[in-house]
Amino acid sequence: MSTTAEPERRDVLVCIKRTPAVGARIALTDDGLAIDTRHLGFTMGPHEECAVEEAVRIAESHRAAGGTARVTVLTVGPPDAAEQLRYAISMGADEGVLVEVPTEELDPEPTAASILAGLRSAPDTRYDLLLFGTDSAVAGNAQAGIRVACALGLPMVAGVKGIRFDDSGLELRRGTPAGIEIYRVPLPAAVGVKEGINVPRYPAVTGRMRARKAPLRTVPGEPAAGGLRTVALRRPREDRPETVVLGSGAAAAPAVVDVLAELGVV
Amino acid sequence: MTTPPDRADVVVIGAGIVGNSLAYHLAERGQRGIVLLDKGPLPDPGGSTGHASNFIFPVDHSQEITALTLDSMRQYEKFGTLTTCGGIEIARTRERVEELHRRMSSACAWGVAAELIPPGEVARRVPFLDPSPVLAGFWTPSVGVVDPLRTGALMRERAQELDALTVCASTEVLGIDTADGRVARVRTDAGDIETGTVVVACGVWSPRIARMAGVALPLTPAVHQMIDVGPIPELERTRCEIAYPIVRDMDALMYERQSGPDLEIGSYAHRPILHEPDEIPSIAAAALSPTQLPFTEEDFDPQLEQALELFPEILSRPGAGIRHAINGLLSLTPDGAPLLGPVPGADGLWSAAAVWIKEGPGVGRMLAEWMTEGVAEIDLHGADVARFGPHQRTPAHVRARASEGFNKTYGIVHPREQWAGDRDRRLSPFHAAETGLGAVFFETGGWERPQWYESNVGLLDEFAGRISHRPHEWDARWWSPIIDAEHLAMRERVAMIDLSAFTQFEVAGPGACGYLQQLVVADVDKPVGRMVYTPVLAPNGGFRSDLTVVRLAPDRFRMITGAADGPRDLAWFDAHLPAGGGVVLTEVTSAVCTVGVWGPRARDLLASVTPDDVSAEGFPFGRAKWITIAGSPVLALRVSYVGDLGWELHAPFEQGRRLWDELWAAGGPLGVVPAGIGVYGTTGRLEKGYRLMGAELDSEHDPVEAGLALPRVKAADFVGKDAYLRAREQAPAATMCTLAVDDHTGADGTHRVPQSGEPIVTADGARIVDRRGRPSVVTTAGAAPSLGRHLLMAYLPPERAVEGARLAVRYLGHDHPVTVLRVGRRPVFDPDDTRMRG
Repeated sequence: MSTTAEPERRDVLVCIKRTPAVGARIALTDDGLAIDTRHLGFTMGPHEECAVEEAVRIAESHRAAGGTARVTVLTVGPPDAAEQLRYAISMGADEGVLVEVPTEELDPEPTAASILAGLRSAPDTRYDLLLFGTDSAVAGNAQAGIRVACALGLPMVAGVKGIRFDDSGLELRRGTPAGIEIYRVPLPAAVGVKEGINVPRYPAVTGRMRARKAPLRTVPGEPAAGGLRTVALRRPREDRPETVVLGSGAAAAPAVVDVLAELGVV
Repeated sequence: MTTPPDRADVVVIGAGIVGNSLAYHLAERGQRGIVLLDKGPLPDPGGSTGHASNFIFPVDHSQEITALTLDSMRQYEKFGTLTTCGGIEIARTRERVEELHRRMSSACAWGVAAELIPPGEVARRVPFLDPSPVLAGFWTPSVGVVDPLRTGALMRERAQELDALTVCASTEVLGIDTADGRVARVRTDAGDIETGTVVVACGVWSPRIARMAGVALPLTPAVHQMIDVGPIPELERTRCEIAYPIVRDMDALMYERQSGPDLEIGSYAHRPILHEPDEIPSIAAAALSPTQLPFTEEDFDPQLEQALELFPEILSRPGAGIRHAINGLLSLTPDGAPLLGPVPGADGLWSAAAVWIKEGPGVGRMLAEWMTEGVAEIDLHGADVARFGPHQRTPAHVRARASEGFNKTYGIVHPREQWAGDRDRRLSPFHAAETGLGAVFFETGGWERPQWYESNVGLLDEFAGRISHRPHEWDARWWSPIIDAEHLAMRERVAMIDLSAFTQFEVAGPGACGYLQQLVVADVDKPVGRMVYTPVLAPNGGFRSDLTVVRLAPDRFRMITGAADGPRDLAWFDAHLPAGGGVVLTEVTSAVCTVGVWGPRARDLLASVTPDDVSAEGFPFGRAKWITIAGSPVLALRVSYVGDLGWELHAPFEQGRRLWDELWAAGGPLGVVPAGIGVYGTTGRLEKGYRLMGAELDSEHDPVEAGLALPRVKAADFVGKDAYLRAREQAPAATMCTLAVDDHTGADGTHRVPQSGEPIVTADGARIVDRRGRPSVVTTAGAAPSLGRHLLMAYLPPERAVEGARLAVRYLGHDHPVTVLRVGRRPVFDPDDTRMRG
């Protein structure tokens, strides 16, 4: 429930988003405002999948040390987003909250407002740690996490590729071109996780069985539009790569050397 | 990327296992100028060959499919891409144990080594399987896993070495141009190819490609779900692709196989999920590949539970996760069989679609034979793309039947099982009357035909003591003792049988006689009003069809053939129409209704409704005459497939109801009964030893073997004549025989009744095979109520084809003694045909 009064218990919230699983070429809807998802499956963003994995690992190590832990996964989306909540539960999360709104693609203000509505719906739960993907796979606004953190008055670090609990709270790491930045933040805190922090597990068969039966809590969201509008989407120009056959067998070796030299590899 | 040539002799579209195999076998047979196109990259262009589970269980109840599978296994082995691991089909229910006994019968029939094993033996062979839900296992040591992509690559290489093949990958077909009903050109995004022969080997895309040539292929893409769970330490330790037998959990409609460190689980249990060929994503737009669609977890969840029951430990190993999960696409057809052969409606267009990995190489070889020799070594009538009539090629029919068929993939399918979807498609004008008489309808070619009539239930008392009984539910399924009672009433009185489902053609024009002469064995140049029953042969001298030809006028003939065979016969006769005209071929099936009246009182019945002379002298056997019944013109044929006196009465379709009512009213005092196809197609036919296309007759057997060779050979040339003449000069390798079951007592002491498809074995249980390698198998089984016996028909080699010889039929694991009653055509009942000719 709370963190300071019961230090043996750890509550982690992970916010995820239902995202189309696209191929190399992305089809757009006729109005050009969205991805055409008629033939696509859905997943969660790669940063969020790492966040779920990180939360599950935190819970597992905490339990291994004798404590209790709970991982709650929350999404803001349509009823179909339950699929992503169940996937996270099959990876090892304990429970799911679906904050229901009509679409996957809200702009950042209602997304944050809806997450907060979800948190308010369980006023007795105090999370030690709120994990987000550092940004979402489709919109990439990188705003939902920071908006929630601000509203709750929590410290927030994004782009994080390392999380360690210590006596005073959290030690967070993130990479920069110059080296590694290390942050120390007190709990509770919000963290934007970046892909690469871990390698997410595949859901176990038993996990999937559990996820199938796990109850999800559904909460109404707050979808009223905020200030950011999608005007149009455009597919980047497709460069058809040209394939040049350099030859075959040993005779091709000099040409390969030339290419490598040109690339500065040798 | 290779630019396609301007011109090719054969263009094969689709570089999956089927297209590769076909190109290879065409090349091996001397064909040159072959172009193989695929819109995807090689070696895996993105079709079903690239994601299939790649295992092969050789035993199927269908001889045709088993033959294709065994041929394919030999080819995979030759290319070094077959890994034999064995396989077990397990039973969780008593009903499935019975089905596994049927599998044993089929294994024996087709010569595949197999064994029924107890649960402990299943667990010994698959040590990580929990045998507690298992009642029995069907162990097939030759089950294997293949690599179809590698096989395809090797086949392409070989064809290229022969300088026969140009391979164009990443080349999309944009159109197929036709000229005068014949394919002329394949248009691609890399240029056009002039060609007269195009093969559609495009798997789930085949209907889309065929439509470019203006024809419909009855195929729908459908989802088959599969997942990979791993890594599993026990499997990882084997350090190979597969070290343990594959398990088919038949009652759960699933399979589990090792795939390296993973356990792959596949399912045919989920709801049918059909797709449209045009809606399949492109290679670029697909997340995995076009035929690996997003996994829909909720459809698979019940299967996970079933898998956990069998593999509780390894599926719960820490660290083992669902690493791969797809809704893989495969091809379904209305009857589940492949679509092979020339496609009616576009000359030069061939189909090689709806083929599984286990049949791919064999299909390629057979199709190459068909394309170059005109016929394939394996009889392919069940897979002939021409077997579908127009309504069966519509999307509505395909979807209805494919949805229904999907869950039968691992199902227990009774040989007489009827489809539930898209029924009441073709109704005879007698249908309402038949419904009033409690007809139980079976479907053939879309036609609803009464199999028997519940209103005849009272006949069971009348003929008590002479009706066969089938105490076991399986034997009695889709059957009624009323059939026997209708049969006996026909033999004693007279019966009316609805035969409107016959396919009928008219052949007219100055060239009609010559045209028919070159396609059928019998001499049709007879006086007007005569008819002949004749084989129609394939170029190898095997059966293509059998039918009745009636000469209506010097330049006009009526051909009557079976309902199921109609579309194939139409395609065959249409393909042989003379290019210069002079012959018009018209299908008149939907214009003509037919009722047969047979039995000792048939003449009394007919005489009471027609002013015309139907006396023995005025209307002899084997003649056709126009007569008037109830004011309607009726073509009456004095012929019989049930061996009794009587006529087929063919009337204008719209006047059929009047005809039926008139006969019915006049028949009342004569004790007329309505009789179903149970009598016409089985009991009556069997007593007379008449052969049925698709059962006794197929392209692997010739008229001499079938006992249908004619006394004289006509002078005119005809398709298959050379082979027919050769066959007449040799001792047949096998002869069609009629046998009777001597003891019905099954393994558990109950009375059992063989159904057809069972192997005939020697009295001491040895398999019987003729010198051409063809096994002796029951082609038709049924009661002979007049004789009080259960009869079987089967081809037997000369040393077994001896009247009075004692053999056995292996039914559900038990050998029932049988006696050979007849060798050849002479009927068991009324052998001199005195009733029919009276």
